[in-house]
Amino acid sequence: MSFYGLVDGSEKSLKTFLGQLSGVDQVGADARAAMLGTRSIKTTSKRWAIDMAISMVDLTTLEGADTPGKVRALCSKAVRPDPTDSTVPSVGAICVYNDMVAIARTQLDAIGGKNIPVAAVSTAFPSGRASMEVKIQDTQDAINAGAAEIDMVIDRGAFLAGNYGLVFDEIVKIREVCGDRAHLKVIFETGELVTYDNVRKASYLAMLAGADFIKTSTGKVAPAATPPVVLVMLEAVRDFYSMTQRRIGVKPAGGIRTTKDAMKQLVLVKETAGEEWLTPQLFRIGASALLNDLLMQRMKIADGYYASPNYVTID
Amino acid sequence: MTFEYAPALESRSIVEIKSKYGHFIDGKFVPGKKYFPTLNPATEEVLSQISLGTTSDVDKAVAAAQKAYTKTWSKMSGKERGKYLYRIARILQERAREFAVLETLDNGKPIRETRDIDIPLVAAHFFYHAGWADKLDYAGLGHSPQPYGVAGQIIPWNFPLLMLAWKVAPALATGNTVVLKPAETTSLTALLFAEVCQQAELPNGVVNIVTGDGSTGATIVNHPGIHKIAFTGSTEVGKKIARAIASTDKKATLELGGKGANIVFDDAPIDETVEGIVNGIFFNQGHVCCAGSRLILQESVADEVIEKLKVRMTKIRVGDPLDKNTDLGAINSKEQLLKIGELSAVGDAEGAERWSPACSLSEKGYWFAPTIFTGVTQAHRIAQEEIFGPVLSVLTFRTPQEAIEKANNTPFGLSAGIWSEKGSRIFWASQQLKAGVIWANTFNKFDPASPFGGYKESGWGREGGRHGLAAYLKTGKESGAK
Repeated sequence: MSFYGLVDGSEKSLKTFLGQLSGVDQVGADARAAMLGTRSIKTTSKRWAIDMAISMVDLTTLEGADTPGKVRALCSKAVRPDPTDSTVPSVGAICVYNDMVAIARTQLDAIGGKNIPVAAVSTAFPSGRASMEVKIQDTQDAINAGAAEIDMVIDRGAFLAGNYGLVFDEIVKIREVCGDRAHLKVIFETGELVTYDNVRKASYLAMLAGADFIKTSTGKVAPAATPPVVLVMLEAVRDFYSMTQRRIGVKPAGGIRTTKDAMKQLVLVKETAGEEWLTPQLFRIGASALLNDLLMQRMKIADGYYASPNYVTID
Repeated sequence: MTFEYAPALESRSIVEIKSKYGHFIDGKFVPGKKYFPTLNPATEEVLSQISLGTTSDVDKAVAAAQKAYTKTWSKMSGKERGKYLYRIARILQERAREFAVLETLDNGKPIRETRDIDIPLVAAHFFYHAGWADKLDYAGLGHSPQPYGVAGQIIPWNFPLLMLAWKVAPALATGNTVVLKPAETTSLTALLFAEVCQQAELPNGVVNIVTGDGSTGATIVNHPGIHKIAFTGSTEVGKKIARAIASTDKKATLELGGKGANIVFDDAPIDETVEGIVNGIFFNQGHVCCAGSRLILQESVADEVIEKLKVRMTKIRVGDPLDKNTDLGAINSKEQLLKIGELSAVGDAEGAERWSPACSLSEKGYWFAPTIFTGVTQAHRIAQEEIFGPVLSVLTFRTPQEAIEKANNTPFGLSAGIWSEKGSRIFWASQQLKAGVIWANTFNKFDPASPFGGYKESGWGREGGRHGLAAYLKTGKESGAK
């Protein structure tokens, strides 16, 4: 088998490919991300960026306490984030656990959210510690229930042990299960991979194995989507595009709570991967609390003052 | 629609610019006889009128400095001097935004750099040297090192206030008094610093500032009442100073030009290397004596690095220096712009290949697009002469030895950069390079604790750190110690 003509999927070819990637200098990557964090986004550009960010949100609830009621409420929020203002765009997707997919899909279809995909976290999320059979079944269930996007976790233990072939095979198998029916996002849990060199290697591993998106984190481990981690992943998709002419999406998730955080992410996208990635097809932000801060900032721009948090709905 | 950054202008109302400025002598502003304009190089707007220092102005300043030295400053304990330096440092921090805006207006450099780099470093230099003032006996310079007396200090236009800090802070910490001349095109922040001296109630005459042009500087250099000269500027002027003081007992430190080699080995972290190359040559419009103006690439990675560098250069935001999102501001003067243009034309004529990203430059003001020349060889003038602008010459090498030979094959020796993930190679290369400052996997990083200075035609002596203190102190027999 050949993957983009770059590797044949064997452990050896993966080790060779990943081994010849340029290293990431941590100090330099941190400095670049910090510098981009000083960009000042004002007035018209802020208004544009807030709406873009809203349309990129994967509105997420991943709690043991999730109930059908909670998921339905989240669907309403996803379709009409601000019930008083129809100019606010819908979010990018709803992201839930496997068993909530059908409820979310039915609800979205019922309330005018047919275009909003349901993303399911999969492969024994968040730890990824289960047999391959279970991971495949997990994914299949979600797709059968109507998930159009699969957010799988990689086996970080295998990755850290240097078993790149194992990580790769899992992604390839889940990719096969997804087929044409679902987009595949691959979660690295960068807080467990720790080094930027690992983040770069994991990015290429996932892209070569057929990921449509690479995603930072589960949201269950800190640190998560820090600006330098996202920077390294954006560099990877940029360079992968020049190798293969295929654009892979990036999804930071975890720790992005404020409009300012989201603006910084969009700046990273613009100045690293480029404007082509500034679309919900290629950039998503996994978040829950972020949406309301975006709405409050949007109101502030329109009205000139900050409203009480009670002017945005809690879910 | 695309994500265009709307203008995000820093307000200039925070700083008040007077219509004209006199000299600062003996704690007071005294009017000059003749004035010359100082411009905002981004707009060519006249910001103010600056006094042209005459021999009589310099005489008065030196006399005031000598009086302050004899009567007050040399008698004061180091601990007390330190208190003044701490006070100045704190006031500089409090007024940081004012200084940042004024520096950007007068110099043309982006507000992002004055705000995040220049002014914080200025305060850091005063804090650092404040700490030394009462510890000079323990600086490893021998027992009771003594100040020289009156220091004549002449600074350039590229980092106006930062160069003032590099000069004034160690001079004051070591017990010297100062006559300082800022560069002709960038006097305003030095004059605002004079206000800070008043605010800090620094004793009159400890810091004197005489504005003017090269002739004013020459008067200071040749003045018999000056005991030590500290100069930062061109090698050409540095040589004149060296000649002028050759038969005197004046001490001197000279920070002169450079043609820094930024060496990229094939195991470098490429993305961060590209950032470092950009920071090395486009920081401060390339108006940096230690700029990484010669990029020396290992041939096996040259194409990849150049391709990524070009992509990165398209993201450089050239424009209004007061816009918080500007990366590359205005060239400081018409004269400098002409010089950059001339040397770039030489690069074309010598057959090097010029490339710049598309960027629209304002009609008003002095602007030069970020530029790289590829296919440059050692025999090209643009590989040898300091351009002092946003222009990078790219050369290649085959073996590490060749990289070092090329890097050292220059009359200068101020800075160098090494990019490699291999520690042993970094240590090896840094031992071979004849440069006063060597950065590994970074570039243009400054710290008051780190000595800075050059080999060969890049200058004499060091500034900053313990080594920098030595330049302001008589040690051993010279200090009268037995």
